[in-house]
Amino acid sequence: MTEHSHDHTEPPSDLVLKVKALESLLVEKGLVDPAALDALIDTYENKVGPRNGAEVVARAWSDPEYRVWLLEDATAAIASMGFVGRQGEHMTAVENTAQVHNLVVCTLCSCYPWTVLGLPPVWYKSAPYRSRAVSDPRGVLAEFGTELADSVEVQVWDSTSEMRYMVVPERPAGTGGWPIDELIPLVSRNAMIGVEKARTPGSSVDP
Amino acid sequence: MNGGHDLGGMHGLGPIAPEAEKDEPVFHGTWEKRVFAMTMATGFLRTWNLDESRHARERQHPADYMRNSYYENWLRGLETLLVEKGLVTAEELERGAADPSAGASAVVPLQAGDVETTLLKGGPTDMEIDQHPRFHPGDKVRVVNINPTGHTRLPRYARGKQGVVRNHCGAHVFPDRRALGSREGEHLYRVCFSATELWGEKLNSDFKVHIDLWEPYLAAE
Repeated sequence: MTEHSHDHTEPPSDLVLKVKALESLLVEKGLVDPAALDALIDTYENKVGPRNGAEVVARAWSDPEYRVWLLEDATAAIASMGFVGRQGEHMTAVENTAQVHNLVVCTLCSCYPWTVLGLPPVWYKSAPYRSRAVSDPRGVLAEFGTELADSVEVQVWDSTSEMRYMVVPERPAGTGGWPIDELIPLVSRNAMIGVEKARTPGSSVDP
Repeated sequence: MNGGHDLGGMHGLGPIAPEAEKDEPVFHGTWEKRVFAMTMATGFLRTWNLDESRHARERQHPADYMRNSYYENWLRGLETLLVEKGLVTAEELERGAADPSAGASAVVPLQAGDVETTLLKGGPTDMEIDQHPRFHPGDKVRVVNINPTGHTRLPRYARGKQGVVRNHCGAHVFPDRRALGSREGEHLYRVCFSATELWGEKLNSDFKVHIDLWEPYLAAE
């Protein structure tokens, strides 16, 4: 066997074959249009993602009136920026402060604010996160490297209804006067779920 | 139902081990993309609703639900609904080909050109109902102890617990009945629970858990 023996020759798994067979069956039965499937995938791979939420947060950091609107009527405040639709029909924004840290979970399935964050990461949908976010949130935060002072109250939001939650992280120190475009890269997806804080200046990672 | 999906408070499930945010793709493999898109596209046929879809995944054997990856559970749920709703037969699913004697489908599939507007439209669940809300912010409530065998959005860890109503969220479609195909509204509340109330006294630190609960899940305290 050469070191290239597995290149391009791995037989597809039973699961891959099964999914292909199901799609061809559904196409044959006239139940799905493959071009529509491509468009659905393209939407969530390329168009709708956490950049939307980062724009909302950066604006809330920069515009006190918008911040108040977002916290009082997140559905309308977010819709005003054009982020509307599936899995964002009813939005609530919860704000982290020096006293309160918010964490979002869905213990029963994988409810997540698609319009502002896109589709959820694997860990958000996983049993370890879903089981412990409501029973040991500080332990969960520690697994993400997030340490909070003892005086901070953790508030967990279990998404059991069609209300969708996003966290407005604390604005990092040292960003006073920064324009919105420079604040956006500091707002990570994980910060808007509440498992991390916003990135600090100088530590920014390309999203 | 008390299924494998109702995970709040379960132990022994291991570390979260998150993939780094900057490295994680939206999908892990083409098959996940196709399962996601097929589930979405067939959902827009309106043959079933979101709670029927959730319930189809929850009804699996708990060992299967927990062993499967996320999109495997979507696949199992989709197969269940396709057969139960008569869109395909179990034999067609098994064979992976349409029964030539079956007539043409009467439904019109989601078209590529309609994807954007369909997604933007979404599916709001708020409703106007005649009844006034029974509870108000600040009210103490106790979650009823029910163990329905059908679909519910009342997690096990909240049952029998006392909390405080933080907000009234208006009336929303009641999932326990929507999973049976009916669209009825009930008042929805955001209820705040202390960690001590949910998990007992032996905790490292206190925290709060907010759970969205419909009026039939709550009793006055």
